[in-house]
Amino acid sequence: MLKTDVVVIGGGAVGCGIARELSKYHINVIVVDKNEDIGGDASKSNSAIIHTGYDAAPGTLESELVVAANPMFPQLVKELQIPFEETGAILPAITEEQFMQLPAIKEKAFKNRVYDVEYLTKEQIIEMEPNINPEVKGGLYIPRESIIDPFIYVQALAENASENGVDFLLNTKVTDIRVENNQIKAVETTGETIETKYVINAAALYCDEIAAMVGKTDYKVVARRGQFYILDKNTSCKVKHIVLPIPTKITKGKLMCPTIHGNMLVGPTAEDLDNKTDKSVTTEGLESIVEDVKRLVPEVNIRDTITQYSGLRPNRNPEGLHIDVYDDVEGYINLSGIRSTGLTLSLSIGVYVAQLMKRQGAELIYREDFKNTREGIKVFHTMTVEEQEAVIAQNPKYGNIICRCETITEGEILAAIHRPIGARSVDAIKRRVRAGMGRCQGGFCGPKVIEILARELNIPIEDVNKNVTGSYMVLGKVK
Amino acid sequence: MYEVKCDVAIIGGGPAGLSAAVAAKKEGAKDVLVIERDNSIGGILQQCIHPGFGLSYFKKELTGPEYAGRFAEEALNLGVDVLLNTMVLDFAPERKEIICASSENGMTKVTAKSIVLAMGCRERTRPNIQIPGTRPAGVYTAGSAQRLVNRQNTMVGKNVVILGSGDIGMIMARRMSLEGAKVLAVVEIMDYLAGLTRNKVQCLDDFGIPLKLGHTITRIVGNERVEGVYVAQVDENKKPIKETEEFIECDTLLLSVGLLPENELTRKAEISISRITNGPEVDQYMQTSSPGVFASGNVVHVNDLVDNVTVESMQAGKYAALYAMDKMPGEVREVTSLTGNNVRYLCPQRLRIGNEEKAKLFFRVLQPDANVRLVAKCGDEVIASVKEKRVNPGEICCIQIPMDKVGDDVLVEVVKEA
Amino acid sequence: MKKEIICTVCPMGCEIEVEGSDKEVTSIKGFGCKRGEVYGNNEFLHPVRILTSTVKVAGQNELLAVRSEEPIPKELIMDCMKVIAEKTVCDTPIQRYDVVIPNICDSGINIVATSTVK
Repeated sequence: MLKTDVVVIGGGAVGCGIARELSKYHINVIVVDKNEDIGGDASKSNSAIIHTGYDAAPGTLESELVVAANPMFPQLVKELQIPFEETGAILPAITEEQFMQLPAIKEKAFKNRVYDVEYLTKEQIIEMEPNINPEVKGGLYIPRESIIDPFIYVQALAENASENGVDFLLNTKVTDIRVENNQIKAVETTGETIETKYVINAAALYCDEIAAMVGKTDYKVVARRGQFYILDKNTSCKVKHIVLPIPTKITKGKLMCPTIHGNMLVGPTAEDLDNKTDKSVTTEGLESIVEDVKRLVPEVNIRDTITQYSGLRPNRNPEGLHIDVYDDVEGYINLSGIRSTGLTLSLSIGVYVAQLMKRQGAELIYREDFKNTREGIKVFHTMTVEEQEAVIAQNPKYGNIICRCETITEGEILAAIHRPIGARSVDAIKRRVRAGMGRCQGGFCGPKVIEILARELNIPIEDVNKNVTGSYMVLGKVK
Repeated sequence: MYEVKCDVAIIGGGPAGLSAAVAAKKEGAKDVLVIERDNSIGGILQQCIHPGFGLSYFKKELTGPEYAGRFAEEALNLGVDVLLNTMVLDFAPERKEIICASSENGMTKVTAKSIVLAMGCRERTRPNIQIPGTRPAGVYTAGSAQRLVNRQNTMVGKNVVILGSGDIGMIMARRMSLEGAKVLAVVEIMDYLAGLTRNKVQCLDDFGIPLKLGHTITRIVGNERVEGVYVAQVDENKKPIKETEEFIECDTLLLSVGLLPENELTRKAEISISRITNGPEVDQYMQTSSPGVFASGNVVHVNDLVDNVTVESMQAGKYAALYAMDKMPGEVREVTSLTGNNVRYLCPQRLRIGNEEKAKLFFRVLQPDANVRLVAKCGDEVIASVKEKRVNPGEICCIQIPMDKVGDDVLVEVVKEA
Repeated sequence: MKKEIICTVCPMGCEIEVEGSDKEVTSIKGFGCKRGEVYGNNEFLHPVRILTSTVKVAGQNELLAVRSEEPIPKELIMDCMKVIAEKTVCDTPIQRYDVVIPNICDSGINIVATSTVK
């Protein structure tokens, strides 16, 4: 039996964001996640954009949280060493009809208190993004829309929280929540039981199932699948900004933007599923992306794709972002309906949740020894030759290049395994240091990464997983 | 920084690099250095433990390690130097400077008089061909699986489906069967075999493995590990026919869906690259668009037989040595080689007219055909012609042309024998 | 008995039709050349294959590549694989063509190393 003050269910961006915020206070926090790694599900398969909130529904909690979160990023990414760039977004109007919509979009931005949205002329757009459809009539510029490394972002939050005393229980699924006298008592898991005063449900896709454990069944989560393409860094047609379509009544549409590592990202689709597990990519879905994005960037070269993936947005029915507390379950905070803007608002939602906890009587005393910085893994390929020489001299493993596409060294892979909340799977390494993220998708480094994991974790090779339990990479020795 | 100076520096210690090193030494180059990222030389041949190599070069059937071993020993006996466990990060083609990294020597600068690019190729991946479905563990390229099984003593799966009837795919079908796995099918989208007939007989038929021509994989199933694949027949546009879809339960999918020359370094150095071969454009000396930088083997174009790689690399090594010794043949002018009927690409792409040698033009056809004639023409004049019983996109064709007959651009075509 | 054999002598892939018994060929047609005819006969009466695999080396994870010195009768292949799977090489170093398993399955053929071990 473990004892704590707060259990956060879900180690995605929102769960880790809240845990990191609470780690500023004298309060014990445990984050529980069913997966083998932090990073969640939706938090690791999305468009990796930090939004401004210009297009949120004005007056909603989502608008409030996104608009509050965006300006928090530039400082945080410095403190926690997270790859981030304020590229800005362009919203080109390709048709007359879209052109007529621009004032309404600008007005909506104003209502969301995003004041820096500007009109762009056709000439300005073509100057800024020569690859945009030359039929463009004009558009809008949203300066603070940014791109981030979503994996490192969540890792950084979690690692920093961990350094400040938060515990992480991975491969641990919550099976029940005990409530006594209208008060949270304990969380039952596939591992140990955790006695606690507070439970924060940040279980995203599964938050309805967690809510049902405390008798709350007023909503359901429907997985809305989004499929994406990633294109090679050397693709013939690139953009420098986030190029967003003008939304229609039915869909927000598909975008094209650079990733923080120089690839192109194209997508997503929006398909409501009748299950919560089908992260397939489909021919129809991928074809629809190409068709739509070609209207924005006609020369986009999909043949340069190096990977396709899909993520499941935890869409709420009835819709809308909700943060709920209940008189009959004191100490329980329920988060639901957090979708595309979740990555952004994961930074402000912790502040909001902390306030809610205070109102419920939590004593949040600031920790004077709170450490607000985190040192990232030293990245070999961005160093100067002199720096590279120095780092190999200090640690020869940095001279052994394991991933040829992204130039990732054994030194970086070992660091990924041996730091707080270290990598335990092939994908966890990939998300921490990008080994296998390049154009050969692990064809070259995969066999080596499997060997390194087995060696460093001192486990048989057949116990090395791609990600979750059951995703074994190999059967064992041949002979 | 650790600094090394040499006459000829060769990037890559596989069959291409080793053949080039041997030829450079034999031509008289003094210091020849091979830079290899692996912990031993021999390249991919070290994991190709099957026979079938050397039939044309050594007139003997060798396995990959034997073929590589012969060149490795010859190179070492001739005094070729080797830097192992060393990855080239960058090179400056004009200054002939190569920057590499290794644990042992740290950052290393190699300065040479000429360079041979021999980085080989890599495999096309699942996302390259966009197979729909989930992304479970158990999807491997055939070459990665081959490395795991043959070199790392690691078994990748029990029940296997293979997509692509290229040689590596078929050879892995036999390899997996011999080691106790069950290979359920080899699926090929084209209506003809991608690899050699011999491999179909000895790798598939011998083990009763079904070959499904004109079929493709329409979906991968499984959340954690592969649970199976859907296979369907394709129509004339290579689109799957929904009604023919069937499910094959398996835990592993191996992909043998083509190879791509590995030209990251070449691109970075702004050496001109053919859009068809994805390799550097070369002349008959295997010299790239950058003087003194040569290239050979699968980095230039994906070969069918290592024997061809050796021939072409010997040429690269020889001229790299001559360049280093300042003895390159004089050049009068340059013409282009042009692709005619049923020719997908030609290598070399450029011909330098300056000495009287014959030049070999390697190429691949677009479509299989039988009873044809390979013809090289300058304008209307036929300068060379060879009869072939059969041509196949999977096999490299070769025509030798007399350089003294070359006036203008050379057109190569494959025509039906009358 | 009648067998259809795809010739593997060259890339032509001629389809050879052979008829006969265990001991002799009574009819052979469809071959494209003399070598093809020989191949068809052999493949009908006595098919053989070069067998390649790997064996364990004591104290090492990397495997030693091996081959049969000569082609082995096809029907012995899986039995040979069992012997190869059981074998661990202890005497290092190993040179190319060192005999690893002599006279495998009483075939009169040796399994030899194709790579080296230091």
